Amino acid sequence: MTTTASEADVAVSPDDRPTWTGRFRARAVGSFPPERLLPDRQPAYVASWIYVFGALTLAAFAVVLLSGAVLAIEGPAWYHSSSVGLYFNSMHLWGTELFFFFMVVHLWGKFFMAAWRGRRRATWITGVLAFVISIANAFTGYLSQQNFDSEWIGTQAKDGINSTGAGAFWNVLNFGQMLLWHVLLLPLVVAVVVGIHVLLVRRRGVVPPFSRPEPALASTRALPAGDIGFADDTTTTEISSPDGSAAAVGTAAGGGGPTVTGPSPTGNPEDGEGR
Amino acid sequence: MKHKTFNPDRDVVEWDGPSVRYDVFKEVTVCFVVVLILVAALSAIFSSPDEHPVTVKSWSTADPADFLQTAITELAGTSATGSYGPPYTTTPGVSQKLGPISLESLAGTRIPINTAQDFVIGPLLTLPNAPALDAAIATFKAASAKQQASWESAYATIAASPSFTGFNVKPGAYGPVGLMMSQLLSMARSGALDGALLASPQLYDTNYTKPLLFIQDGGYLPNLASAQNLTGNQWGMMNETGSYPGQAWLWLYTLWYQVPPMNTSANGDVEVWAIMMVLTVLLALVPFIPGLRSIPRWTGLYRLVWRRYYRSLR
Repeated sequence: MTTTASEADVAVSPDDRPTWTGRFRARAVGSFPPERLLPDRQPAYVASWIYVFGALTLAAFAVVLLSGAVLAIEGPAWYHSSSVGLYFNSMHLWGTELFFFFMVVHLWGKFFMAAWRGRRRATWITGVLAFVISIANAFTGYLSQQNFDSEWIGTQAKDGINSTGAGAFWNVLNFGQMLLWHVLLLPLVVAVVVGIHVLLVRRRGVVPPFSRPEPALASTRALPAGDIGFADDTTTTEISSPDGSAAAVGTAAGGGGPTVTGPSPTGNPEDGEGR
Repeated sequence: MKHKTFNPDRDVVEWDGPSVRYDVFKEVTVCFVVVLILVAALSAIFSSPDEHPVTVKSWSTADPADFLQTAITELAGTSATGSYGPPYTTTPGVSQKLGPISLESLAGTRIPINTAQDFVIGPLLTLPNAPALDAAIATFKAASAKQQASWESAYATIAASPSFTGFNVKPGAYGPVGLMMSQLLSMARSGALDGALLASPQLYDTNYTKPLLFIQDGGYLPNLASAQNLTGNQWGMMNETGSYPGQAWLWLYTLWYQVPPMNTSANGDVEVWAIMMVLTVLLALVPFIPGLRSIPRWTGLYRLVWRRYYRSLR
């Protein structure tokens, strides 16, 4: 068959070529359809107060950011001479205390649920990262107080940080440097990591319970070896059935029976995929 | 095709059962309001600590003897800062090591501090209309290192006397050092030394490294901290003044400073940091580590979380 000139023109028309924006939109909408991003249904097994601690952590983070923003309006010395400033500083402190309390409960809750199962390892890792960076963020806050606490903590902490070599670049006795890390750089990193963490939760969903009894086919089924959890949700999970033949048992559409995930992708939008 | 067998600590049978009504927007909103009320109440009831910092002025006023005992070590270069090693000085053989590697030596002396010049001589030279002091400093600087050390040692001996107050300095063989120290004390008590230690060609300065190092070299600040249960062997890093929770999340980091060999090791800091780095990496990589990732299944605490689900299976 011969392609005419006019057909060729249509086929390669610049208007038809996908744009970066179009590709990004298609991928974003594919990964995060509205019902998954803002769910109004969730799996029935999500029925415990432990699930609230993730949202409580986010809420405390918001309170810390807001109280910190108020303190930033008047500057770092404001709260030393103003009762209003002291009150907002107290909100910043207690918001931080609650933030860590909620986060640690959330972390251990997820640990004992083995919440990394089924292609959720990146969710776990970003959670740990958020915890570690938050510690650094809070630490720089203690160094930025301009009072006895920041003076003592700084002079004591320098030895540990210097011993790693980092103190030559990250000087805990340099108030200006620590303040900027505290109010800009570290909160930005925490916000980005927490944002990725939340999006991963939305995408992968809440980890299901350990099967009880163990999956009937656990000893006989085999899963294809794969990567650790970033595959496209539309990929079909293939498992070997007991008789050795391959069978597709689950897709991102969530239809047709249980989806076995591990090295393979999963998704079930009908579940709403809660927290 | 390459296959892996189902591993209950890695893999999961995705849920295909019933779902229930859920409102993520409502949950986040309610959580925010609850936390806001809780924080507002805690702040109103407990406030937050804000003790005045120790300044060179307050230190030299409250404890002039300790100030001068510290100042003479700064002039001699034998204070904690003067002999610290990287990143402040090039003092050989004092860097902490992890096995054969000294990370602080690799990073280098990027914040160079000469305590004699930066903490004593430099600030004294900023005092106006002080010809006698200028002459004393000139004499000191022109003297040999051996002579300087002799004067410093003589002054340090007198300053170490239990009856030393900082003002009753008896005549001795400390040459120009006596005048330099008395002038430094006057300067400190007036507050001028605080400013001189911060002196910057930009006028604005937010780097308090020098005054903080000078103050921490003395005994006054640690004594105040000890009274507040803030020293290292009192889990100091995670505490703060008063009865506040402080950085309770640093408990594990602080714990290692309390136990041998770190609590007595010359390399204690880098050893503690190495332990914490390893533990942090282990925590992040739990999903990949056989054994560690099985702990949740072995302990069975998940049954509390999913008790309704398991009950429904009966």
